[in-house]
Amino acid sequence: MIKPGLVPPSTNPRQSVAVRLGLAMAVILAVVLLGTIFAANKYGQDAADETFDRLLRGAALQIAERILVTDGHANVDLPVSAFELLSLARTDRVFYRIIGPDGKTLTGYGDLPLPKDDKGRADQIYNTRFKGVDIRAYLLRRQLAERFVSGDVKVIVAQTTSERVALARSITTQAVLTIAAAGIVLLLLVIVVMRIALRPLARVERTILDRDVNDLSPIDIAAPAEVAVLLAAINRFMRRLDRRIEAMQNFVADAAHQIRTPITALRAQLQLALDEDDPVVLARLHRRLHERTVGLGRLADQLLSHALIAHRADMAVSQDLDLRRIALEAEREIRAVSDEFIQVELPDEPVAIKGDPISLREAVKNLLNNALKHGATPVVLRVTPVQNGHASLLVRDQGSGITPEISGRIGERFAANGIGPDSAGLGLSIVSSVASSHGAVLVRRCTTDGFEIGLEFPVVAS
Amino acid sequence: MKTVWHYCKKAFPAKRRKQTCLWALAALIGGGAGIAATVMNVARAGDREFPISTDISGRLVIQSSTDYMIFAPVIEAFQDRWPGILITYNELTTNELNGATEQACDQARFLGDLIISSSIDQQLKLVNDGCAQSPGSRVGANLPDWAKWRDELFGLTYEPAVTVYNKAFFADRKPPQNRFDLIDLLRESDTFRAKVGSYDIETSGVGYLFAFQDAIQASTWGRLVESLGRNEAQLFCCTGQILERVADGRLLLGYNVLGSYALSRIGRDKRVGLVLPSDYTLIMSRAAFISRDAREPAIARAFIDFMLSPPGRAILSRDAGLLSPIGGPDMLAQLAGAAKGADPQELRPIALTPALMVGLDQAKRNIFLQQWRAALPPRQLSHHP
Repeated sequence: MIKPGLVPPSTNPRQSVAVRLGLAMAVILAVVLLGTIFAANKYGQDAADETFDRLLRGAALQIAERILVTDGHANVDLPVSAFELLSLARTDRVFYRIIGPDGKTLTGYGDLPLPKDDKGRADQIYNTRFKGVDIRAYLLRRQLAERFVSGDVKVIVAQTTSERVALARSITTQAVLTIAAAGIVLLLLVIVVMRIALRPLARVERTILDRDVNDLSPIDIAAPAEVAVLLAAINRFMRRLDRRIEAMQNFVADAAHQIRTPITALRAQLQLALDEDDPVVLARLHRRLHERTVGLGRLADQLLSHALIAHRADMAVSQDLDLRRIALEAEREIRAVSDEFIQVELPDEPVAIKGDPISLREAVKNLLNNALKHGATPVVLRVTPVQNGHASLLVRDQGSGITPEISGRIGERFAANGIGPDSAGLGLSIVSSVASSHGAVLVRRCTTDGFEIGLEFPVVAS
Repeated sequence: MKTVWHYCKKAFPAKRRKQTCLWALAALIGGGAGIAATVMNVARAGDREFPISTDISGRLVIQSSTDYMIFAPVIEAFQDRWPGILITYNELTTNELNGATEQACDQARFLGDLIISSSIDQQLKLVNDGCAQSPGSRVGANLPDWAKWRDELFGLTYEPAVTVYNKAFFADRKPPQNRFDLIDLLRESDTFRAKVGSYDIETSGVGYLFAFQDAIQASTWGRLVESLGRNEAQLFCCTGQILERVADGRLLLGYNVLGSYALSRIGRDKRVGLVLPSDYTLIMSRAAFISRDAREPAIARAFIDFMLSPPGRAILSRDAGLLSPIGGPDMLAQLAGAAKGADPQELRPIALTPALMVGLDQAKRNIFLQQWRAALPPRQLSHHP
């Protein structure tokens, strides 16, 4: 026996639950991370813009407050505080421009651009380029209504964007790093949790490996629901295997038992024949040898037939079939090997049942053989029409029927009177197991003119 | 030409001969015009070459408003450290320098690798307008925050605005320790009529800068200007002139004089005394940036690095009396202690921020100068006693 630990289990990584879960988690995390980067980027930009736009607004308001009208001209006395406010963005360059009501630049950078889409609102914030760099600008209008001067004075305050870009980047980076760290922790937790969750499987594996090779009894260990399903499947499989092995062992034992006796008898007869010189006796011995050989052949047939039935009971797929057809086919097969006449009575309507045609045919043949062998002619094979949800297939003969002793032993594995090759026991045993695998009942009754035996099937309502 | 080449081969060693000779050839070809131009430059603006004995590996052009004598020791020390670098030092007034730089910047033309000026508001505006390039964030990492901007503009010096006085006159009385003392002193008598000197802020960039900062810093400015006007204060373009007159007694007081010149003057001239005003003392830091169109940004960067390094700082403060923003307050306290100094808490460095641009704003400048002229009519400029 190979030690369990030495057998490398098939570990195709694609089929590993842990790897699958890990991959799924990694994909989910990657998606979440990408989403976070986008969201955080947007949020970071908005937050940075809001922060630094306030500086621009504050500075513009302070400047607007210092617009005066002197000698009939608009004039501006730039407040230092406005520029100190703008200097809070440490590394950003500052541009400004103040435009008088007449559209002339009062002071500042005369070529600082106005918004492309000037909507004439009281204030407007916009992005543009100046001196070859990106800037964020704020336009504020102040209405002048003096004696000689009226109209809008426009204050434009602008800054380069390096501080806000840096802030946005920092916010984004923080968010992404946080999520990434959380993701990695999550991934590690998933691995740990997965190991804990998969522990029952390892226990099942150990239990199975530790078992005796011949032990096919159900595995009974505590397991979570998901694993219990798997365990149940394993147990079902083992039960089937167990039954199969048992059936095989039984067959071997029975066959050995059944065949050994006739072969011993055959050998004894042969011995006699070898020692016999008298032609008359020799002829009788020959005849008897022939009979024994035929009997042995039938026995072998029946054993194999029984093994077949037992096998099909487990394996065969149930199909829709017409009971009349089964009867006809069985009758035809019997007729092929026997000269006896069998009378067949069938209803006009199909008799639909579910079952395995091969085992049913075997059963009917056995019934017919028994009737031909042990009963008295005429033998009638009859299928009754459906009545009360049941249909029957019956074989009737004019004989006295089976003895109560045999009848009582029907259904045992072998009706092991086991002596004569003519024994009906084995045939009935086959019929009995076919009946049970089809949910049918083996009926037998003595009628006024003989004996009737057959199978009564439940009929599926169509 | 062939003979030149021949001479060249003889004169220089094989190594790097070709390069050197090509330089020499180029110099010869451009000869006439070059010499004329150099002469004109020197005549016009004070171009100085700091020649070197070894092969030229690079040329650094410095455009500066600072007296070349002050920078000479640093430049020579720099050349000791990095032999092979030819340095051209061009001295201009602050306004000339600013104008030339602005024009060159607009036309993306090379003017100099390094621009150094005491007119830090103009310097800041030039940087703001994108005329500078950053040598990387490592340069000036040890500078305090106020002395640098955007990793492009670097404060190299630490120069207080001080009051100087004639020691003989103030022998038996206390010189004014702060602006309040000064205002009181000017109000009490006619003694100081035409005996107080200060910058003419209309022509001197540094004078304007100090005046403008004064106006921002305290409410004393208005009264002070008024007092100066009533006493017919004399206005000068340069610190040297004020110091000269305070020393010989033509002036008794000099207000807002650049401390670096004053400090080196009191070191050798016993007639002049110095006060760091105790209400507050403005500190100005001569600012340098590397031109966007520099040809040798790496050398310019090395030069800034050198000026801010301990040996560079030591030479500046020893030979030129220029303190550095790094360790400047301590050294100033030390020097000012000798000069009956001020509380270092009252040292107010003028930070390199865009707020400096307000003073340059044309409208603002007009308003400010109007106030100034109202108190100090320009006629007083004409006749210095």
